[in-house]
Amino acid sequence: MIQKPAENLLVVGGSAGSLPIIMSLIENLPDGFNWPVIVVLHRLKNVNSELVKLLAGVKNGRRVCEPEDKTQLRDKYIYLAPQNYHVLLEADKTISLDYSEPVHFSRPSIDVTFEAAAHVYGNKAAGILLSGANNDGAYGLEQIWRAGGSVAVQDPETCEYAAMPLAAIHRIREVLILQPAVLALFLENLLLNK
Amino acid sequence: MSTRYDISPGELAGIVELIKLNYGYDFSDYAHASLLRRVLRFMDTARVKTAYDLKYHLTNDKDFFAWFLQTVTVNVTEMFRDPLFYKTLRDKVLPKLAAYPVIKIWHAGCSTGEEVFSMCILLHEAGLLDRARIYATDLNPVNIEKAKTGIVPMRYMKEYTANYQQSGGKNDFSAYYTARYENALISKELRSKIIFSQHNLVSDHVFNEFQLVCCRNVLIYFNKDLQNRIYHLFYDSLTPMGYLAIGMKESLLFTDIRHRFETVHAAAKIFKRKL
Repeated sequence: MIQKPAENLLVVGGSAGSLPIIMSLIENLPDGFNWPVIVVLHRLKNVNSELVKLLAGVKNGRRVCEPEDKTQLRDKYIYLAPQNYHVLLEADKTISLDYSEPVHFSRPSIDVTFEAAAHVYGNKAAGILLSGANNDGAYGLEQIWRAGGSVAVQDPETCEYAAMPLAAIHRIREVLILQPAVLALFLENLLLNK
Repeated sequence: MSTRYDISPGELAGIVELIKLNYGYDFSDYAHASLLRRVLRFMDTARVKTAYDLKYHLTNDKDFFAWFLQTVTVNVTEMFRDPLFYKTLRDKVLPKLAAYPVIKIWHAGCSTGEEVFSMCILLHEAGLLDRARIYATDLNPVNIEKAKTGIVPMRYMKEYTANYQQSGGKNDFSAYYTARYENALISKELRSKIIFSQHNLVSDHVFNEFQLVCCRNVLIYFNKDLQNRIYHLFYDSLTPMGYLAIGMKESLLFTDIRHRFETVHAAAKIFKRKL
C-alpha cells in the first residue's frame, strides 16, 4: 500500500454555475498532467449526490473518488470533497477530514482546502476558482498565491455567478483571469514551469 | 479571516505539552492540520496574538482553558445525521440486538447528545428502549452537562425531521419533543436509559462491554497511531459479534486489527467484531 505521495497539487473550487466548467476541465486535462486534483464543490447536505458517478464517467485515465480520512494524495487521482466535511491536508500529504462548523455557510469550504494546500504544498500548489455566488475561496486562493503557487480564476464575464472570482480578483493583484476554454493551457503551463 | 496569526509546529507542540501537564488533556496525537486550524481559530476569537501569550493565559486562567477546550474540540453534531446510517441500523442491526436481554450501547464522543437522542428514538420504535443501557461519553464536561438537559435548538428541527423521515421514520417526529420558544426538549422517557459521563478516548480505558459502539466523526481528529489505539479500545469494548459504527468517510483500512472486524454495511460504515 505504500506509495510515493504526490509532489504537486491542483485544487479547484466552485459553487453555483461551476459544474459544467469542472466537468469540461476534467475532461480536458492535458496529457501528462498527472497531478492529483482536489475538487471542492458546494453541494446540498444529506442529498446523495451523483457527482462522483458524473465525474467518473469522464474518460481520461484518472480515478475519481471521494476520499476517506487519512487517504494519501496520489498522482492521477481526482478527489472530490465529500459533502459535509472540510478537506484538510497533513504534512505527509494525507487528507484529514473535518466536521467542524461551516465556513462561509459551506462545508466543504473552498477556503479551508485552499489554505491547507498553501500550507502543505506551498509553491507546488495551484488553485483555480470558478463561478459562485459567495465569497468562499478568495482568502484561500490568496494564501496559495502568497505561498508562491499559481492561481487563476474563471473570467467573471463567463460566470453564471461572478461573486466568487470577483472576490479573489479584489484580493490578489496577479491572479490570472481565464476563460474556461483556456484553463487547459493554464495547466500545460504549470507543467512547463516545473 | 483577513489577518491570521501563525504559530510554528514547535510552538504548537509546546502548547500541547503545557495543556497535558496542567490539565491532563493529551492532544499530542491529534491530527496536526485540524488541531492547528482550531488553535489558530481560537487565537483569532480570543484575540491572542502569539503562542507565548496563549501559553501565559492557559497557565494562569482555568476559565480561559475551559473556553479553549470548548473552541478547539469540534462539537458539531446533528440528529439523524446521515439518514442511510440510521436506516441501516434500523433494518440490519437492531433486529440482531433484540436477541440480547440487556442491550448495551456506547456513544463515544457524543458531543451534545443529538446522535444519542436519535438512537433512543430508533430503540423506542423497535420496542427495545426498555431493555437498553446507553452510555454516552465525551471528553468535554461542558458537552456532557448540555447533553444532560435534553435541549436541542428548535431552529434545526425541520432539518432533523427530514433526516428522520429519510432514515425510514414513520412516526410524527414532533411527538418526541416539546417545543418551547427557540428550544426543543427531547422527551424525558426517551432519555431515561442514557447514562452520560466524561471519558477521554486518549487516556481512559475499557469500562464495560457493549453490543454496539458508535463513534462517528470523532477519530478523524486523531492521527493514524492514535486511531489505531482507539480501534483496539473499541475491539476490547465489544462483545464477540458486537457492532462498531464509524463516520461515513472514516475507515478501518489503516488499523492493524481491521481483519478482526467484518463489514456489515460498507457505505453506512457498520462493522462487526469477529468471534
